[in-house]
Amino acid sequence: MLTMIGKRLMFAIPSLIGVVIVTFLLTRALPGDPAAYFAGPAATKEAVEQIRKKLGLDKPLIEQFFRYTNDLAHGDFGNSLTTGQPVAAEIRNRLPASAELTLLGLIVSVVIAIPLGVLAATRPGSWIDHLCRVTTTSGVSLPVFFTGLVLVYVFYFRLGWSPAPLGRLDVFYSAPPTVTGFYLIDTLIARDFEAFRSALSQLILPATTLAIFSLAPIARMTRASMLAVLASEFVRTARASGLSPATVIVTYAFRNAMLPVITTLSMVFSFLLGANVLVEKVFAWPGIGSYAVEALISSDFAPVQGFVLTMAVMYVLLNLVIDILYGVIDPRVRLEG
Amino acid sequence: MKRRDFLKSVSGLAAGAALPAMPQVISTAYADARSETLLIVSEGGPNNLDIHGIGTNVPGYEVSWNCHDRLISHEMKSGPGGVPYYDRDKFKGELAEDFRIDDMSVTFKLRKNAKFHDGTPVTAKDVKWSLDRAVSVGGFPTFQMSAGSLTKPEQFVVIDDYTVRVDFLKKDRLTIPDLAVIVPCIVNSELVKKNASEKDPWGLEFTKQQTAGSGAYKVTKWTAGTEVIMERNDDWVCGPLPKIKRVIWRMVPQAGNRRALLERGDADISYELPNKDFQEIKANGKLNVVSLPFSNGIQYIGMNVTKPPFDNPKVRQAVAYALPYQKIIDAVMFGLANPMFGAAKDKPTEIAWPQPHKYNTDMDKAKALLAEAGYANGFETTISFDLNFAGVNEPLCVLVQESLAQIGIKTTINKVPGANWRTELNKKEMPLFTNVFSGWLDYPEYFFYWCYHGNNSVFNTMSYKSAEMDKLIDGARTAAASGDKAVYDADVKGFVDLAFTDIPRIPLYQPFVNVAMQKNISGYQYWFHRRLDYRALAKG
Repeated sequence: MLTMIGKRLMFAIPSLIGVVIVTFLLTRALPGDPAAYFAGPAATKEAVEQIRKKLGLDKPLIEQFFRYTNDLAHGDFGNSLTTGQPVAAEIRNRLPASAELTLLGLIVSVVIAIPLGVLAATRPGSWIDHLCRVTTTSGVSLPVFFTGLVLVYVFYFRLGWSPAPLGRLDVFYSAPPTVTGFYLIDTLIARDFEAFRSALSQLILPATTLAIFSLAPIARMTRASMLAVLASEFVRTARASGLSPATVIVTYAFRNAMLPVITTLSMVFSFLLGANVLVEKVFAWPGIGSYAVEALISSDFAPVQGFVLTMAVMYVLLNLVIDILYGVIDPRVRLEG
Repeated sequence: MKRRDFLKSVSGLAAGAALPAMPQVISTAYADARSETLLIVSEGGPNNLDIHGIGTNVPGYEVSWNCHDRLISHEMKSGPGGVPYYDRDKFKGELAEDFRIDDMSVTFKLRKNAKFHDGTPVTAKDVKWSLDRAVSVGGFPTFQMSAGSLTKPEQFVVIDDYTVRVDFLKKDRLTIPDLAVIVPCIVNSELVKKNASEKDPWGLEFTKQQTAGSGAYKVTKWTAGTEVIMERNDDWVCGPLPKIKRVIWRMVPQAGNRRALLERGDADISYELPNKDFQEIKANGKLNVVSLPFSNGIQYIGMNVTKPPFDNPKVRQAVAYALPYQKIIDAVMFGLANPMFGAAKDKPTEIAWPQPHKYNTDMDKAKALLAEAGYANGFETTISFDLNFAGVNEPLCVLVQESLAQIGIKTTINKVPGANWRTELNKKEMPLFTNVFSGWLDYPEYFFYWCYHGNNSVFNTMSYKSAEMDKLIDGARTAAASGDKAVYDADVKGFVDLAFTDIPRIPLYQPFVNVAMQKNISGYQYWFHRRLDYRALAKG
């Protein structure tokens, strides 16, 4: 197992180096001149040059690159110019917000999508199969910001059930002391139940929005993979041997159908983490996606590079976790590996 | 079926957890906190708490304004619609309890009981250090100081612990007003020096993250891009103690949500809503909306006069007759702007700025002028705008495009990303574009100096150069400094007339500052910087 993890991590190194080079070059190729942008509307040519010098942008590209990699090696991601904060600290603060939202959205989605997919597969052509088809299709067809806005409009503006879409906590609660960065966990550790409730109620709408969007791939994949497994010979044998339908479906069929579902889950998770920018915008969520987009708009190199690099590392780790999970679920993978 | 039962109970749990969270139990402490707290929502937040910092954005100015004091400030007067409006011509002491203007200097007596947030008294050496800092750090603050002929540290002289003199380099009417803008704020020199380094002698890194002032508010928490929390400084002596104890300023990027927050009564104040929303909010009357024109501000269509076809005044006049002015006011601004066009033919030029020009939408005249200029069949060009303000700029450019097509000018729309806009402006190569300029100092010659003078500042986006124009602008500046009213009036009239006949840029309208607030919020004041002054606001 350990050698496998080690091997995996070794393979990841070249891709990370590639990511560092590509993001560096891409951000430099962006249109727009950060020096002119940050010199402000009233800047003279000399003022722009002064700022360019301060930012080190007057140096040749290769020197800038070595300086950048040297900083990276020391754990320094640079400073964001738009927010004025060190990028590493910002990402550390914002990643848990995005991760908490995404995880909760994914859990809600899985809780709905997997049973739906399994049921649809066991009764193809029935009403539940159609229900599955309709919900997933409509979920994936609606753009996330639209779903988000509709939910805000109905549950906050019209009905008043949901709290104001103002980020992770009600304005008048203070954030719990950071342990994990996940407010749901941190508030419980701090035994601040009011804040816990506030954090949870703030999470419901955005998490639902994400869940609605991610239902489709999970449910469809579960259904397809279950159908394939249910048609296979070992299931027929199990049925013929007189095992109860529940045992056949859950113990034999479902476990075998899990592999592609897990792969889809990992893809959906990483996709959601990067792509929930719009949800973050709608719910004023202080997450990593909106951070990266704002940086991109203002040609702020450091956060963009930091974001892409963090995402790359997360992909590598996620793939590693998935590979390990494969081994747990399917002994064949373990043996071959 | 066990598994399915389990799943059912799990999803049941999730739904159950959702329900009790919804009704908001309001404890008394919570309600008290609410009534003394002001919740502001806006699209963007500060990137730096110090206006002297590198690239501090406009929201950052608001923090600086409320958390620092200046030597002097403006008196209030009653503005349009009875809204308190800063009085351009009347000054009052802020940190200074008294000041005396002499021929070539101004002397300030400081309040003896004023203290910085950390308790150290505000003395003359802090004033000198802060003003030195403003003229030395470079970039925007230094530029703004120079607009009032404040450029050298030697101009700021400490007389004793509580007396400071500012010497004038030359007579300039803008020197005193320039000491009342946001930039010459007084910072805690000892505290900042302690946190400065050799690389950063002015301690900009330190004041970026915290306010080191003596102002009525201090920042207690700042999460960039998310929120700013400010608490009242109960020891503030430079004015009556503000009524609002705590200001929470949250960034809500979605305009629709900002409106929903206001209408539900959760947020107290918001600006930066689309014009359409403001107009609807105004119409339904649940909230108070204040709409006031930008002082000394104009949205315009600019033309690059160094290159054909816009180097020909006839072409520029043709464009000025072909613009859909009223449509822009109605469909883009929803009426929330002052028209800057279509003045009566016989109306004399006023000694004021902004004032409307005499062009109107008249396609026949436009066609005739274009033919006279030798472009009877029109030409092709591009019209550029800043995507950061796409909400206004995009529909505006589409209307202009449609209108110009009628006289044979085919335009392609060029959307310039916000980060790139200033670079493009600086290059001065865009043939046709729309932009806004507004000056903090509300004087015609100030506007013209930056926008029309041949020294070709970045705001002279048309690269317009005219010896006659320069003579008139310089003349007005000198006359203003020496108080020669007759010459001043003649010169102002002269440059306004010239700007309208030569028409290198076509004024469209004077935009409005729109602020929507709950009915129980009172005390809003209009300031030249167009941001909120929390010190005057009250709730309930």
